[in-house]
This record gives sequence, C-alpha cells and structure tokens, in this order.
Amino acid sequence: MTLFMNIAVDGIAYGMILFMISVGLSVTMGLMRVVNLAHGGFALLGGTFAHWFTQELGLPFWPAVLLAIMATIAIALPLERVIYRRIYGFGDLQQVLATIGLTFLMIASVNYWQGSSLLSIPLPENLKQSVDLGFRTLPVHRLVVITVGLAAILGLWLLLERTLFGIRLRAAVDNRGTASALGIDTDWIFMAAFGLGAGLAALGGILGAEILPIDAYYPVRYMVLFLIVVAVGGMGSIAGSFIAALGLGTLETATRYLVPDYATIVFFTFVIVLLAVRPQGLLGKAHT
Amino acid sequence: MKTWGPPLLLMTLMVVLYFALPFNLAFLTRILIMIVLVLSLDLVLGHAGIATLGQAALYGAGAYAAGLFAIHVWADPLAGLLVGIGAGAILAFVSGLVLMRTQGLTLIMLTIAVASICLEIANKARDVTGGADGLRGIRMEPVLGLFAFDFIGKTGFWYSLAVAALVFLFLAFLTRAPFGLSLRGIHESQDRMAAIGVSVYWRRVTAYTIGGGIAGLAGALAAQITQLVSLESFSFTLSAEALIMLILGGTGRLYGAIIGTMIFMFVHHWAAANDPFNWLFVIGVLVLSVVFFLPKGIIAAPPALASLFKGGRHAGS
Repeated sequence: MTLFMNIAVDGIAYGMILFMISVGLSVTMGLMRVVNLAHGGFALLGGTFAHWFTQELGLPFWPAVLLAIMATIAIALPLERVIYRRIYGFGDLQQVLATIGLTFLMIASVNYWQGSSLLSIPLPENLKQSVDLGFRTLPVHRLVVITVGLAAILGLWLLLERTLFGIRLRAAVDNRGTASALGIDTDWIFMAAFGLGAGLAALGGILGAEILPIDAYYPVRYMVLFLIVVAVGGMGSIAGSFIAALGLGTLETATRYLVPDYATIVFFTFVIVLLAVRPQGLLGKAHT
Repeated sequence: MKTWGPPLLLMTLMVVLYFALPFNLAFLTRILIMIVLVLSLDLVLGHAGIATLGQAALYGAGAYAAGLFAIHVWADPLAGLLVGIGAGAILAFVSGLVLMRTQGLTLIMLTIAVASICLEIANKARDVTGGADGLRGIRMEPVLGLFAFDFIGKTGFWYSLAVAALVFLFLAFLTRAPFGLSLRGIHESQDRMAAIGVSVYWRRVTAYTIGGGIAGLAGALAAQITQLVSLESFSFTLSAEALIMLILGGTGRLYGAIIGTMIFMFVHHWAAANDPFNWLFVIGVLVLSVVFFLPKGIIAAPPALASLFKGGRHAGS
C-alpha cells in the first residue's frame, strides 16, 4: 500500500511537470500544425534565465521565475514573427528540420553563455521543507508543482472556454480563413498562443528542474518525452495532454519502482503499442 | 549519360581526396560510411516518402550484429557485412509491420521510440554489448583473404568506397525498376496508388526493410573499420544528422545524398576544429538556411542561382 501511494504521489508530481512543459507544445502543434521540436528549447531558456537571475544576479526565487518566464516569452514572440510564421506552411519533414536547426542554435547559445555544466536553480528554504503525509514525508516542492499544474490546467480551460480570446483562438484553429474574414486578427492570436506555449514551457522547465535537470543539451535529451506526451494525448487536446502526462508520468514512476532495469523499455513499448492501436492519440481527432 | 555524370564525378572526387588528404583517411572513410547510411535514408524517405527519425536503430542493429559476429563466430569482413544487412533488414521488417500503419508525426515519433528501445537494450545488456563502454575487441580478417586492415586505414578506405559504390549502383537500379517507380507513386499519392490496386502497406514495409538492410550494412562497415561499436550508434543525434545531410543535398536523387553528406561532414569537421564548443551553432545556421532558401537541397542551387541572374522574379516556381 505504501509502495502504491509512493508511486501515486511521485507519478503525479512527475506527470504535472510533463504536462506543463508539453501543453504548450500541444497548443502550438495542434493549432498551428507545426511540428515544433524546438519546444524543449523554451524550457531550457526558462531554466537558464532562472539560473542566471538567481545565481549571478542574486534575485529571490519567485521574482526570478517570473522574470525568466517573461524573458523566454520575449524571445519566443519575435521568433514566431520571423521564423515560425514561415514554417507553418512547410511539410512535416521541413518543419522537423527547421525546428531541429533552431534547437541547435538554442543549445549552442546557452552553451556559449553559461557553459555546458549543470545549471542549478536553488529552491528557497520554504520549498525545501518536507510535510508528513502519514506514510512518508514529501518535499513541499512536489506539492507546489502539483498545485501549479492544477492551476495551469484550470487557467487554460478558463482561458480557452470562457474568454473572448479563447473563442477567437478556437475559431482561428477551426478555419483560419473564415475567422480572418470575420475580422479576427489571426496573426495576433497565433502569436499570443505561441507566446503562451513558450511561457508554460519555461515555467515547467524551471519547476521541473529538480526532476529533469537543466543543462545545455536539455532539449535534445527530453525532446522525445515531450513529443510522446503530445502524441499520446492527441494533438491540440489540452485534456488529452493532461491525461497522457499523468498516465505516462505514473507509468514511468511505477516501472522505476517495480522493474528499475527495464523502465525505459517498458515505457516505450507501451507507447508504441498504444500509438499503433490509436495513431491519433487518446483524445485526438482522427485526421482525414 | 546525364544521370551518371554526378555520381562518377563524386567517385573521382573521393579518389582525389584520398591522395590529397593522406593523413585524414579515417575522416574520409567516415564520410563513405555516412554516405551509405544517408543513401538508405534516401530510399526510405526520399523515394518512398516514409518520414523517419530513427534510421540509427537499423544502423546500430547492423553494427552490433556485425561486431558480435566477428568476435564470437567468424571474423571475415564480407560475411560480417551480410550479417549486418540481415540484422538491419529483420529489425526494419518487424518494426515496420507496426510503423507503416501510421503516418506523419506519429510515424516520426514511433521511429524515435524504436531507436530509444534499442539504445536502452544495448545499454542494459552489458554482458553482451559492453553497455556504455561499447563493444570492444573486434578483430577483422583480411578482406577477401587478400587485403589486411592496416594502421593508416588504406584498406578501410578502398573497402568502404567499393561498398558505397555498390550500394549506389544497387539503389540506382532499384529506384528505376518498377518497384522504385511504384514507391515514387506512393510518395506522390497513396490514394491513387491504392486505387490502381497497389498494396501500399506492403510496398512501404518492403521499402523500409530494404532501407533497413542498407542502414545495417553501413553500421556493419563502421563496426569493422573502427573496431568499436558504441551506444552512439543508436543515438537520436545520428538519425537527425543523417536526415540533415539528406535534406541538405536534396531528397529523391541518390547523388543528392552523397553531396549532402560530404558538405555536412566537411562543415562539421571544419567547425569542430575551429571551435569545438559551438559547431552546433554553425550546423544550426546551415540547416535553417537550407530549409528557408534552398528547400530542394543544395543540388537545386545552380538552377535557383541561374534563374536569379536571369532576373525572372518568379522563374522556377
């Protein structure tokens, strides 16, 4: 029972990290139909800025996190204007290639700026403490991660379902031409959605640094993981990404507890079988 | 003779380089091995239109199979190549049965997943593969019993050149044969090919299997010549670099794969020598400029430049 509870708690915390980083990817891939392999790069940029603000400029943790997210968005928006906008019309393969090129540029830039060593983001004292859950102690940090993850999905749901921005965004996704003809500024909407995705990636990268440590090669190392979450969940489906992230996070945690030597193999085999049976993902719409 | 001009020119160039760079034979041999791998990718992706980022899985399977065969069974190079081809083809066939049911992004993702599983198995099976230390102790007998592998790598170079040339010839005939033409048809429109009675699924599995055999051959060649197989053989980076080389040169024309590989390897070599930390930056810029300015690859550069100088703003589009 204790083992089961351990798996549940760690799995959910891990799943929340995966969700926060991947949901932005789900939004951009589902919306703009761009296979964005550089998405992990925005998590890397967020983590690098957070490291820089806390370690070299000596800012406290939370202001540094906020500034890091803003800095990442400040890089993502012009990138969307200059590069991504041109990529939208390309074929799958061209998109893959262009975003791999972009990932290389991000890795090289971080490498040049901060070196290739581990970029630590020290947690404040009150996040390092533990709480007693009865069967085990849990770092407060994990609880914060779970809370922020829940807040993110609630916030996204409200934003997409209940605001004018959400209505316009969904209209632009369903039919860009018609939405634009009705006077919706789809360029602006897409740019805002892209910035939102990059910001969420940065937040996930910073909060997840305890589990997925930040260094220059971060985007290449975890690229597959983020893509898998989106593919399993179904592109463009936020609920799908949420279920997939929690499910895959729990699955990976469970295999690490139960069969540590075969965790990765079991994980990927499961993903292959699932996608072979259901290529469009759990909640994705079938492509025609 | 127009179609045979570029490959003959490239072969001659390799021989010229052999005499021009006698102290860089290991590098030139590496280029030849990558050419074989990128050629296999051109069959799978350029001709059959199967988007894959997991070609390293098949390359690595060939490398480990050939290495293990040489250590435990027989150290004859040609037999080892056949084992490498077999291993790559079998893995491609088995995984292809599942992979070819999917398309686009899901397919790309699953090919990465297959390579990740292979990497993990090679990593965990330390007793057999040497794990993270790599598979060591590969000693090869002379090629055809005549040409011993020497310290400078002369035999390795000519051996690889011969294999690369044979692979090129094989693919040149295959892609012009009815089977190759049907792959091209599938690439252009699967529905149309299905409508005229072609089994798209089995053609794709077959193409993937043949491509897998050739990728396995490249891996076997690498294992025999470097006498070491490392986990890098299965890495995502290798798959991504092979893809970049192919797109750089231009897909769907075999010699594009050769040109792309040569350019990438030389740029890589030059950038890594000048600033080992930031060669990724140079590669990133190279990739982005090709995607944006020469989407059909470097081999499309001369006509693109020509139309630019003629002043026709929309020429060629």
